[in-house]
Amino acid sequence: MAETASPAPQAAAQPSIWRIALRNRSVFWGGLILVIIALIAAFGSFFTADPMDINPMGRLKPPGDFGLFGTDQLGRDVFSRVVNGARISLTVGTAVAVISIVIGLFLGLVAGYFRYMDAVIMRVMDGLMSIPAILLAIALISLSGATLLTVVTAIVIPEIPRVVRLVRSVVLTVREEPYVEAAIAAGTRTWLIMLRHVLPNTIAPLIVQATYVCGSAMLTEAILGFLGAGIPPEIPSWGNIMSEGRTFFQLTPWIIFFPGAALAVTVLAVNIVGDGLRDSLDPRIARTMR
Amino acid sequence: MSPILDIRGLTVSLPKQADRPYAIKDITFSVNAGEIVCVVGESGSGKSVTSFTVMGLHDKRALTPVAGEILLQGENILNASDAKIRRMRGEKMAMIFQEPMTALNPVAPVGDQIGEMLEIHTNLSASKRKAKVLQAMRDVHLPDPEKMYHSYPHQLSGGQRQRIVIAMSLVLEPVLLIADEPTTALDVTTQAQILSLIKELQERRGMGVLFITHDFGVVADIADRVVVMQNGEIVEQGPVDQVLGAPEHPYTKMLIAAVPSMTPPEREEVTGETALSATRLNKQYGHKGLFGGGRVVDAANDVNFIVRRGETLGIVGESGSGKSTVARCVMRLIDPTSGEVLIGDTDIATLREDKLRPHRRDIQIVFQDPYRSLNPRRTVGQSITEGPVNFGVSQAEALDRAKRLMSIVGLAPEALDRFPHQFSGGQRQRICIARALAMEPMVLIADEAVSALDVSVQAQVLDLLEDVRDEFDLAMLFITHDLRVAAQICDRIMVMRKGVVVENGPTAEVFSNPQHEYTKALLAAAPGHGTFDKESA
Repeated sequence: MAETASPAPQAAAQPSIWRIALRNRSVFWGGLILVIIALIAAFGSFFTADPMDINPMGRLKPPGDFGLFGTDQLGRDVFSRVVNGARISLTVGTAVAVISIVIGLFLGLVAGYFRYMDAVIMRVMDGLMSIPAILLAIALISLSGATLLTVVTAIVIPEIPRVVRLVRSVVLTVREEPYVEAAIAAGTRTWLIMLRHVLPNTIAPLIVQATYVCGSAMLTEAILGFLGAGIPPEIPSWGNIMSEGRTFFQLTPWIIFFPGAALAVTVLAVNIVGDGLRDSLDPRIARTMR
Repeated sequence: MSPILDIRGLTVSLPKQADRPYAIKDITFSVNAGEIVCVVGESGSGKSVTSFTVMGLHDKRALTPVAGEILLQGENILNASDAKIRRMRGEKMAMIFQEPMTALNPVAPVGDQIGEMLEIHTNLSASKRKAKVLQAMRDVHLPDPEKMYHSYPHQLSGGQRQRIVIAMSLVLEPVLLIADEPTTALDVTTQAQILSLIKELQERRGMGVLFITHDFGVVADIADRVVVMQNGEIVEQGPVDQVLGAPEHPYTKMLIAAVPSMTPPEREEVTGETALSATRLNKQYGHKGLFGGGRVVDAANDVNFIVRRGETLGIVGESGSGKSTVARCVMRLIDPTSGEVLIGDTDIATLREDKLRPHRRDIQIVFQDPYRSLNPRRTVGQSITEGPVNFGVSQAEALDRAKRLMSIVGLAPEALDRFPHQFSGGQRQRICIARALAMEPMVLIADEAVSALDVSVQAQVLDLLEDVRDEFDLAMLFITHDLRVAAQICDRIMVMRKGVVVENGPTAEVFSNPQHEYTKALLAAAPGHGTFDKESA
């Protein structure tokens, strides 16, 4: 075939990652559910009763007159508590995902790119991975008291090594690419090579990983609350609500059912988005980036 | 006598979004018993689609045969049921692939893999099966079949693996063998052995062979008849002597003319100043363990050379010869274990990265794989200007330079804001050359820079490399496994084997009067030796 002077006419720029992702149906529907839950978390408290409001006359009432989801043993409105609990879950999930990705990305880039740092960082990560999140949370809380920050820290620490491993494996393959070697040969400074040529390749797998981290963080937070080792019990998080409803479970299942269902739907939505992203980003990137 | 394989008017359609409506269009040719038919063409010509459709292995979601028939001993494969085709595969027709490593299961002994064919298609007892497998392994001249029966694919060499694949495909004695680029992944000396094996087996069994290749040298060595394909259509077919000796279609003529001749042109000795020299260069991989264990491999052992401005030094060798290691040491993409690398009069072999960086601009490289040499997320302009900007050239000036270079390498300057995936392989290689030139280097290293390209594109890129060498007075280090290419472009040649330079001299001398046994073997093994030399001599 004869070489022609101009390249084949094709779409000028590549579609952005988000455009590619939103074409996937599970990303769209999962994302829609998440957006609704986020809106409820952000603005729901303006429309519901005070979740701390005690009503001795209306204790352990089933869903109906005393509230959409019934009331708990202190007569507090379960619907209002579940709506307010969404804020805690989403905050923890997002915070853990963002913090562990940022730290993990940095450590992973360093470990993957600089051979002499690799062994050091990865052995520390192996160590961190062996710490169970729940045990760490209990230890941290007994040391410094139960706050949102301690809970997030406790969940972030064991999550970081997973991100580091992922980033490192991507970096290890990308750093051998001829275009990276060409950049070295062109005298590009190391940090610029990492920023310009290596980092962009980690974005797609990291977005996918972030969703899984987010989902599991929300579950872990609920478990901690349920065990009484999480957010202070007076704050309505889904884990706390279920924990308090535990003793009355056989009599008044609604106290546990509704926060449990909310948690299940949220984590499911996050995971559906994650699966959709994995499907749409991985093969698509392999094809369009060629 | 009716042919074994008769393809009549075969048309296979592509999905709607493809760049052309048909993968192959109205193909008609046949393969007789005792005959090797070569289907030859460049990438995208439809030659592999043809072979895969015959085997019923084509991607059924994308490719649909819409017209014509494929008759195997008179039976139309396109109408046959899946069960029937499954039985035909192996018993009547068999296929060998390009990459023997991936064609074999890495976790099963090779003997069992050959035996599996018999297990599925025959009722032989286990002991009879084993005897037959051993016989098949002897037929393809594998040493010590009893022992090799229990070997795993990774324990064998590339050539041995391909022999296993051939044994596997022939154990049921099919009447048709389809070979899809079976020697492309192999070294040239191994390639020659496999080709003669295929020819020998074909003669002994009288089967028909459909041989897919892009290499006219291979065609000259093995074919009885040739089918030339371009863009999914047959442009010419006929007996090998006729097609190669007196091609009629302009495309065939162009392809044959593009095959580089093994006879080097007359060249004057270059006497420019020395731009690059390596002295006692060593690179060892691995290291002795703490207690004396471990294994050390000499990837490059005591390599010495100089390259003058305006001169091309070729480093020729097979895989594992250390030729790329030398290039990467010289580029300081890896650190040499010992030795000197002088660029101008600076020894860069042991400089620290920050001291080395100013010297990086003097020596640039073009890699083999055009698809991985450019960052897919950055525009061509960004890729070309990256280096100059690193060295303090202003963005505007770098862009000006990039535009000039784009026209020098034969591309439109407006294409600078496009992305690499919008270019063909040959065009990308031109971009890589432009990127290297943008640094205004003294030395250009071409590491198998034309090996991944189709032969017609290869010729153009070779011309371009030669042009820019003269225009910018570059010293060029040209690394290749292909003796034909080396003959055309190199002033001097260095032959490497297992990390050691075995021969070194002016190209014409090395080709006409090789001293070392290995060089002689390499020259003899070059495909098409004879056919294409007579023409050019």
